[in-house]
Amino acid sequence: MSGEKVIMVDGLTKRFGAFTAVDAISFEVNKGEIFGFLGANGAGKTTAMRMLCGLSMPTSGKARVAGYDVYQENEKIKRNIGYMSQKFSLYEDLTVKENIRFYAGIYGKSDHFIKEKTAVILKQLFLEKEANKLVGSLPPGWKQKLAFSVAIFHEPQIVFLDEPTGGVDPVTRREFWKMIYEAAEAGITVFVTTHYMDEAEYCSRVCIMVDGRIDALDTPQALKKSFNTASMDDVFIKLARKAVRTGD
Amino acid sequence: MQAITLNNIEKKYGSKKSTVQALRGISFEVDKGEIFGIIGPDGAGKTSLFRILTTLLLPDNGTATVDGFDVVKDYKIIRRRVGYMPGRFSLYQDLTVGENMNFFATIFNTSIEENYGLVKEIYSQIEPFRDRRAGKLSGGMKQKLALSCALIHRPSVLFLDEPTTGVDAVSRKEFWDMLKRLKEQGITILVSTPYMDEAAMCDRVALVQAGSIMSINSPAGIIREFTNPLLAVKADNMLHLLNDLNKYEGQADSYPFGEYHHVVMKEKGLENDLENYLQKKAHQNLEVKAATPGIEDCFIHLMKKE
Amino acid sequence: MKQFIAFVKKEVHHIWRDKRTMFILLGMPIVQIIIFGFALTNEVKNSKIAVLDYSRDDASTSLIREIGASRYFEIDRVLYNNNDIEKTFRGGEIRLVIVFPPHFNESLKHYNKAQVQLVADASDPNLANTLTYYAGAIIMDYQKRITQDRKLPYTIHTEMRMLYNPELKGAYSFVPGVMAMVLMLVCTMMTAITIVREKEMGTMEILLASPIQPVKIILAKAVPYLLLSMVNIASILLLSVFVLDVPINGSLFLLIGESILFTLTCLAFGLLISSSTDSQQTAIFISLVGMFLPTIMLSGFMFPIENMPLPLQIISNVVPAKWFYMIVKDVMIKGVGIGAVWKETLILAGMMLFLLVISIKKFKIRLA
Repeated sequence: MSGEKVIMVDGLTKRFGAFTAVDAISFEVNKGEIFGFLGANGAGKTTAMRMLCGLSMPTSGKARVAGYDVYQENEKIKRNIGYMSQKFSLYEDLTVKENIRFYAGIYGKSDHFIKEKTAVILKQLFLEKEANKLVGSLPPGWKQKLAFSVAIFHEPQIVFLDEPTGGVDPVTRREFWKMIYEAAEAGITVFVTTHYMDEAEYCSRVCIMVDGRIDALDTPQALKKSFNTASMDDVFIKLARKAVRTGD
Repeated sequence: MQAITLNNIEKKYGSKKSTVQALRGISFEVDKGEIFGIIGPDGAGKTSLFRILTTLLLPDNGTATVDGFDVVKDYKIIRRRVGYMPGRFSLYQDLTVGENMNFFATIFNTSIEENYGLVKEIYSQIEPFRDRRAGKLSGGMKQKLALSCALIHRPSVLFLDEPTTGVDAVSRKEFWDMLKRLKEQGITILVSTPYMDEAAMCDRVALVQAGSIMSINSPAGIIREFTNPLLAVKADNMLHLLNDLNKYEGQADSYPFGEYHHVVMKEKGLENDLENYLQKKAHQNLEVKAATPGIEDCFIHLMKKE
Repeated sequence: MKQFIAFVKKEVHHIWRDKRTMFILLGMPIVQIIIFGFALTNEVKNSKIAVLDYSRDDASTSLIREIGASRYFEIDRVLYNNNDIEKTFRGGEIRLVIVFPPHFNESLKHYNKAQVQLVADASDPNLANTLTYYAGAIIMDYQKRITQDRKLPYTIHTEMRMLYNPELKGAYSFVPGVMAMVLMLVCTMMTAITIVREKEMGTMEILLASPIQPVKIILAKAVPYLLLSMVNIASILLLSVFVLDVPINGSLFLLIGESILFTLTCLAFGLLISSSTDSQQTAIFISLVGMFLPTIMLSGFMFPIENMPLPLQIISNVVPAKWFYMIVKDVMIKGVGIGAVWKETLILAGMMLFLLVISIKKFKIRLA
C-alpha cells in the first residue's frame, strides 16, 4: 500500500444547534484502501460522509479529500469522487445505456470515452443484451452492480458507498464485493458503510463510530484481537452497546 | 390445526407485455406457536407472500389459510385476528407515540389497557416518549412502536415483513429477543429477513429466491443438507487468492466470507492438495482450514444449484 | 362508533398539525374575497374623465357638474377641440370623454332633443362599456328630472333598470362564485389527497389489514373537512355582509343548508378521486382539471353560460358548482325561498349521493 493519503481528517466536527452530530473525528485513508465506516443508526456516519463529499459544511476541524479542502474546494471534490447509495442510484425509467450516458455526461466526459467505456462495462456486467432495457426491469442485484459501475465510470480517486448491498442476495453481494476489490486494485479508494458485519471483514481497515466519535479504527484482525472476540459482529456490539444516544 | 398453510400460491404482476412472476407455486405450513422465517433477498417475493397472507392481495393461483380461515373468502375474520407490520415504517409520523397506540387499539376494537400485559415489555421502553411524534423517533424506537401497534389487539398470528432491515446490529439483536418472548406467549410469528444470520433465531425457515422456495427446514436441518466439505482460506492478497481458487479443479465454488474465502470442495480429502496448489501460486501468509457451513453458505449453494 | 370517532380524531390531528396547510385553507376565502372585492373589481369609482364642451351653457354646465359630483367620475380636464380627444386617450389615464355639441341648452329646451356624445377608449371593451353605461345613466337621470320639472311631452324616455343589483356591484356575482370556488378547493382537493396520502405513506396497508370498514374510513375522512368548510362559509358570509355590503336577502338557514349540501358533493367527489388514484400528484391534477377549472369556466361565475356554444352549455349541467352558484345567487341576492330552488337542490343532492356511493364502491378492500 502506498503512503499517499487521499482523505485526511483532523478534528472534524458538525453541530446542529446544541447537538453535536460528529464530534472531532480524525483519521486518514490511504490510496487504494477499502475503508469500512461502521456505526449504529444515529452514530453520525451519514453526517460525516456528507461532509467528506462536500455536501455539508463542517462546523470546525480540517479535512482534505482527494487533495482538496472541504471548505473551499467542494466543487473540485465532487468532480473527483463517486457516490452510490442503496436509496439513490439510477433512474428506473431510463435504459441502462441512457443512465450511463447521463451520469458520464454530468462529469463532462467526451463522447468517445463514454462510448468505449460503456461497451467495456456492459461486457463486464453481462448486460450487453439489456443495454436498451429500462433499469427498472432489471433484478435488484444487477441494478446495484450497474450503479456501482456508473459511480466509478468517471474514474474518480475515491468512491463513497452508502450501504450499497442492503437487501441484495448473498451471491450478488459477493459479486459486488469482487467489483469493489477490483476497483481498489485499480487504485480507486473505497469508502464504504454497511450493516453486514461480514462485509466489515472485507475491508482493509474499519472505523467504528459511536455517539459521533470514532471509538475504534484498525484492521479487522487487529480489532478482533484487541476486543478479544471471534467476529466483527461482536466487536461492533461491544462498542455500540456503550452508545448513549439513539437516532437516525 | 396449522396456524398458516399455503398451497401452491402463485402471483404475477405487470401487463401482458412484461410480467414479473413474484411467486411461483409456494407451499408450506407453519405450526402454532412457531417462529417461522422467510429468508431471502429483495425481489424474492417475500412482501407479496405477506400481503397475500394478510388478505391485502389476491393470489393468482393456489389457496392459503391463516388460523384456519381462507385468505380470500374469510378476509374479514383474518383481519380481526392477525397483526401486521409492513416492511416500510407505516405509522402516522405526525401523531405522537401515545396517539398512534390509541388509534390502532381503537381500530381493532380494543384498548391499550386491555392488552397492556402483552405489549408492556416492548411498549414500556418507548412509553417515556409517549408525547413525542412518531416521525421524531429513532429507527429502533420506531420499530418498537410499530411492533407494539401490531400487537395491541393480541393477534394470534403476527406477520413481520423485514422488521430488521436498515436497523443496526444492536437493535436487531434486541428485536429478536423480543420475538422470542412473544413466542412464549403463544403467538405464531411469520417473519421475513434478508439477513441470513438471523435464520438461526427461527424455529424453522424457508429459503426463498426469485419466487420459489429452495429449502424448508430447521436452521440446523438446512445446514445438515449441506454435504460438501467446506474450507476457509486466507492469504495477504485476497483478490488474487479468489481468482486462483476459482481456477482450482477440486472446488465446486469459492466466494469471500468475512475474513476468509469459503471454498466448497467437490469431495473430501483435498485439503492438502489445495494448500499445495495455492503455495505454488506464491501466496503469502496462507491459511487453509476446515469450516462449518452457515445458512449463508447453504443459500449460496442452493442458489447456484438452480 | 368508537372506531369512527378515533378515526375522525386522527384526521383532525393531521390537519391541525400541518399548520401551514391549515392556514392556507382558512385564509384562502378571506384573501379571495378581498382580492375580488377590492382589487379585481370592474366597478367604476372616481374614474377620471375629460369634457369637451362646445356649448358652455346652463344645461351643459349643470350636467357636467352633476357628472363630476357622482362618485363614479372625476372631471380631470377640460378639452377644447376634437383633436384633443385622441391625444388624451393616448396618455392612457382618461378612458372617457363627454362631448357636448354647440347649443346644447337650446336644442334641449326648444326642440326637446339634444345630443351628448360619449367617446370611450374601447381598448378595454368591458371597462368602456361600464363607463359609458354609468355616464349614460347619469345623463338619463338628469334628463328625467328636467322632463318632470317642465312636463314637456317629447323627451325620449329610456329606462334601464338593473334589478337586484341597481349599482351593478361586482360583489353580487363574485361572492357566490368565491363560495363555490373555495368550498371546491378545500373539499375536493384536500379530500382527494387524504386517502392517497395514506396509500403513499404505507399506512393504508395497516388500515386494510385491520377490521375497520371502508365506509368508516371514507366518512371519517370527510368530517373534518366538512367542519373546516363551515368555518369558511361563515367567514365568506361575514365578509360579504360586513365588508362588501352584500346583503343576504333570503333565509340564512337555507343558504347554509345549501352550502353544506354543496360541500358534501365536493367531499364525495374528492373521496372518489382519492379512492381511484395511487399518487397525490395524480389526485391533485385530477381535482384541478376535473373540478376546479370547470368551476371557474362553466359555473357561470366568470362567463355567462347563455353565451357559450351549445355543447359547453350541455356540459355545464354536470358541473355541481353551476347549480350551487345559481342557488346562492337566488337565495342570497334575490331572496327567494326553497320553493324557487328545489330543482337545483335536488340535482345537487343527486350528484352527491351518486358520487358518494361510487367512491365507497370504488374503495379497494385490497392493495391491488
